[in-house]
Amino acid sequence: MSHLTLSQVGISFTRAGKTSEVLREVDLTIAKGEFVSIIGHSGCGKSTVLNIVAGLLKASTGAVLLDGKEVNAPGPDRAVVFQNHSLLPWLTVRENVALAVDKVLAGKKSRTERAEWIEHNLALVNMMHAADKRPAEISGGMKQRVGIARALAMEPKVLLMDEPFGALDALTRAHLQDSIMEIQMRLKNTVIMITHDVDEAVLLSDRIVMMTNGPSATIGEILEVPLKRPRRRLELVEDAAYVHARAAVLEFLYARHAKPASLAA
Amino acid sequence: MASSSALSSAIGAARDKASARSRGPFVTIKGIRAVAARVIPPLVVLAGFLLLWQMLCSAPTAGLPPPSRVVSEAWDIIANPFFDNGGTDKGLFWHLAASLQRVALGFSLAVVAGVLLGTLVGQSEWAMRGLDPIFQVLRTIPPLAWLPLSLAAFRDGQPSAIFVIFITSIWPIIINTAVGIRNIPQDYRNVAAVIRLNPIEFFFKIMLPSAAPYIFTGLRIGVGLSWLAIVAAEMLIGGVGIGFFIWDAWNSSHISEIIVALVYVGLIGFVLDRLVAGVGLLVTRGTSAA
Repeated sequence: MSHLTLSQVGISFTRAGKTSEVLREVDLTIAKGEFVSIIGHSGCGKSTVLNIVAGLLKASTGAVLLDGKEVNAPGPDRAVVFQNHSLLPWLTVRENVALAVDKVLAGKKSRTERAEWIEHNLALVNMMHAADKRPAEISGGMKQRVGIARALAMEPKVLLMDEPFGALDALTRAHLQDSIMEIQMRLKNTVIMITHDVDEAVLLSDRIVMMTNGPSATIGEILEVPLKRPRRRLELVEDAAYVHARAAVLEFLYARHAKPASLAA
Repeated sequence: MASSSALSSAIGAARDKASARSRGPFVTIKGIRAVAARVIPPLVVLAGFLLLWQMLCSAPTAGLPPPSRVVSEAWDIIANPFFDNGGTDKGLFWHLAASLQRVALGFSLAVVAGVLLGTLVGQSEWAMRGLDPIFQVLRTIPPLAWLPLSLAAFRDGQPSAIFVIFITSIWPIIINTAVGIRNIPQDYRNVAAVIRLNPIEFFFKIMLPSAAPYIFTGLRIGVGLSWLAIVAAEMLIGGVGIGFFIWDAWNSSHISEIIVALVYVGLIGFVLDRLVAGVGLLVTRGTSAA
């Protein structure tokens, strides 16, 4: 059963009288509880897809349907974990989560229930020890944990993650990926994650959506990752299915849709 | 400077512990030296300045009194700042209090109006295009040039003086607030959009804290300007107030009293500036550290 549907989504930007098509005819159907990664070269518009689902950008053509209803504005049912954490620096860790919880769940939970829910979500990402610190006082990995807690605490129907670990070092990233898998096992959220890391995509996803290069980027191929959960990164290194999936993504990105030399950084 | 004194007191504390049996002195030589290094230079310069002034103005033909004569002549008002003989014959404290009260009123109005207008200009492209040219012209008008107009409108000295404070201090507040609002990172706007803050929540929970460092820069400039303006305005409107006091002293040729009043005006201006800066530091400690 389709939970989230992107139907013929396209977007064009007009700047200085010139119209450029960034995305065209993006069709994607995501089931409840599915973890989907979108991977592609930088500049292919993968973050644009996420922003359209989030409602932060308006599609020029096509539509996004969540449980049969069209999405055209941002909302807490599609919580976003932003690339650069986007915590408010004047609030403590707890206050950052509280700002979202107190606004989003005001009608659903009582004051004490909300306070407990905030603590519960901070505990989920192991951030209780720094709940009273400000974002400037904690590490990049911790900030991203708080960003995840804030998004999860909104009880979203779909969790949107925009390169959540892109700015982190490899060890911290691996640690957070494990946390995400563990949380995902428990909560069974529907997740869309933008990434440019092949291993991350294969490790975390049920399906990997591979985007062609822009302009006018679209979905090139969708790969199923037939790996059982829980997945452990050490065991997977030698796993035939893992190696095969990884090779397929690499082949797509670097052989068939290699970034044109003129655009490569 | 603060860290060096903290360091020296830490060293002092360590030494205290080392000689714990004989309870080391609370004030260490190093601690005294650190304080002295900060206090002595301004004192030396001040003493040198007073000495120079004393020498230059000691001649019987000098137009201004030397510091020694300022103190002896104006001792009455220095020693008794609180007397009140009714009318405008009051101690310096009452004059300063009256001026500060006008500044407090005019400045508070300017803060509220300035932050709201600055938010409008910062938030709306249309408002900026419409209002910014007008602001740029109006802000160059000297404070006192507004006084005749406000006297004509209010027909009373008190509201006119407050209006002059208001109109003088509002421009830097508007302009800095607008810059602060325009510089709110898109990330914060996205967060607000996802959790669906309404415009009022957005104003108080995102805009004000995010723009606070800019707003306080404007407030600091504004409070300085309003203190400059009130002294001048009071010279013209009369009544109780430090500006009137100075003008009155001039008319009675009490030059020494003028000098004492100027010292107070300078010190209070300094304190006002520090006060706003201090509040700003307190309010924006999270934001500016980001």
